[in-house]
Amino acid sequence: MADNTQAAEERVLMKGNEVLAEAAMRAGCRFFFGYPITPQTELAAYMAKRLPKIGGTFLQAESEVAAINMVYGAGAAGARVMTSSSSPGVSLKSEGASYMAGADVPGVIVNVERGGPGLGGIQPSQSDYFQATRALGHGDYFMPVLAPSTVQEMADLIYLAFDLADEYRTPAMILADGMIGQMMEPVTLPPARDPKTLAAKPWATTGHKGERKHNVVNSLYLSPEKLEDTNRERFERYEQIKAKHQRQELMDCDDAEIVVVAFGAASRIARTAVRDARAKGIKCGLLRPITLWPYPTDAIDQVIANGATKFLSVELNMGQMVEDVRLAVNGRASVDFYGRTGGVLPTPEEVLDQIERLAAGQPVARSAGAKDVGSVLPQPIDRKSSYERGE
Amino acid sequence: MAQPTATITLPDYQQERIGSQIAEGEVIKSARPHALTDVVTNYCPGCTHGIVNRLVAECIDELGIEGRTVGIAPVGCSVMMYDFLNCDMIEAAHGRAPAVATGVKRVHPDNVVFAYQGDGDLASIGTAETVHAATRGEKITVIFINNAIYGMTGGQMAPTSLPNQVTQTSPYGRDVSKVGYPVRIAELLSTLDGVAYVERVTCDSRAHIIQAKKAIKKAFQNQIDGIGYSLVEVVATCPTNWGMTPQNAFQWLRDNMLPYYPLGVYKDVVADGFANAAEAALERAKDCPIAQQKRED
Repeated sequence: MADNTQAAEERVLMKGNEVLAEAAMRAGCRFFFGYPITPQTELAAYMAKRLPKIGGTFLQAESEVAAINMVYGAGAAGARVMTSSSSPGVSLKSEGASYMAGADVPGVIVNVERGGPGLGGIQPSQSDYFQATRALGHGDYFMPVLAPSTVQEMADLIYLAFDLADEYRTPAMILADGMIGQMMEPVTLPPARDPKTLAAKPWATTGHKGERKHNVVNSLYLSPEKLEDTNRERFERYEQIKAKHQRQELMDCDDAEIVVVAFGAASRIARTAVRDARAKGIKCGLLRPITLWPYPTDAIDQVIANGATKFLSVELNMGQMVEDVRLAVNGRASVDFYGRTGGVLPTPEEVLDQIERLAAGQPVARSAGAKDVGSVLPQPIDRKSSYERGE
Repeated sequence: MAQPTATITLPDYQQERIGSQIAEGEVIKSARPHALTDVVTNYCPGCTHGIVNRLVAECIDELGIEGRTVGIAPVGCSVMMYDFLNCDMIEAAHGRAPAVATGVKRVHPDNVVFAYQGDGDLASIGTAETVHAATRGEKITVIFINNAIYGMTGGQMAPTSLPNQVTQTSPYGRDVSKVGYPVRIAELLSTLDGVAYVERVTCDSRAHIIQAKKAIKKAFQNQIDGIGYSLVEVVATCPTNWGMTPQNAFQWLRDNMLPYYPLGVYKDVVADGFANAAEAALERAKDCPIAQQKRED
């Protein structure tokens, strides 16, 4: 098991959810508040085991609502703090996330997504893209949303999430899914930071010790003008984040006419499909957003400048990120969508099929059910007895 | 600054603040506590929030803890308490003050953390946070203002509204056959093992105000001494939304609130002979072998 006290980088084989926990501690996080939910279970279990051993606090809250408000309190008190959950639980955190944004309290929220709506399922999904990128709760705000597609990125991006949260005084989100959370891959862990070496937070409510005026952490402004000024100041910070922190990966995009846009687990499938399309001589590339907010609009501009005329957004939902692709493309190219939902993953063959249709100028299917794609899916095993089949 | 000529038995900062206003021979018996800011509150005439805000500030002064105190303001009439106190303050979402207080206390165990909440906040929307912070034995102090109505939103039925009490949302009087009974928080929380001290007080007379201050101070002292979760319930008035004059409101409180919400100490582990809430909980579970296991971590 990785040793948190060691400063050097090290390479280990670990599960995605556990890497989120380990890398968070290495980023200086010593406080975790959460509530049990599948498929993020290993994250909380790892925290429960490790945090008390390094002088931190793991606390299982009575609800997601309480957990996010504990994060709000600990963040207001100046600590690096996080919570994690999955889709239905993240809905309950929306209230607290809004208060954190409104009071400029940093903290990290992890969503290891599952299928929805409602109780949905527990298989991988990207159905919370709108919820994450259009602001989690009520009010006029955004937060950085980072989407890992490998176990390595689980480590790198949660590290970055803590830094962005502190620098811009905002909640930040890791939007992962059950697939990345549950799988194991080799990972180089980032160096461990001593929380004492992190930048001071003179605004935090730590007790004034008679040395300064009292600090207030608050999101209530009864004067509309004052509230407007506060929101405008926050949106200036958002502009800085947009200018400095758009992140994406481009693969085979230099001469691509067709650009597949996909993030997280969907990007792993799309990557195979793009390689297969290239092998068939189709000028196709992959644009993988790493920051979902801010959306990598500069990269969309770049691939259009490179000659892209057709975009295909591939997602594990019925079409959410495709709206951001359309906004960024702004009529300069065609934008289509292909997705599977409910925890079903598309096969690379399904995605390749859509790329080939685009290349041939044929319309693409928006989505498919298991019946529609029977030709490319492995044939389901018939578990009925011959008697049940009436044979 | 001119040297004060009067007999002053207050801390130096009071002398600095009001020294020039003191007439010769004048004896100051009461001045604004340092922990209370020089801001006019939003409280109505006859409302007891103002008294309790001041009692909290006096206790902070007397215990010398202003520099390490973090207060959590609720949603309700005391929502802007962060403007009225000189200690660090956090404004919480409706009902979530105990969870926010938990976050602060876990990060800074040496800080003195208190939540100040009304009945809708603490006993309705925040019941889960209240019960679980108490049962976890969070070493925090909670001041609970029970005036049997939602004040800030204009007088709706509260979880503590009395049977047959007329409010905006119980215009024919609270019908217990349809909407159930008021919650007695002090009694409810006194059953939980994590709780060290619960007392119900009121502010309708000088004697009761003195008792209320004693209880609040004890609830803070318990936290300083690490004894456990402490809550003081203050049976309070809301003349505006009760539709009464201040005098009539206090009389209604005496006639109707106090019989339903009797004053007194509902739990005090120290008075029961225990060092803290944990020791009392261990004794209560004395016949449960697993609960008696010694921990090594």
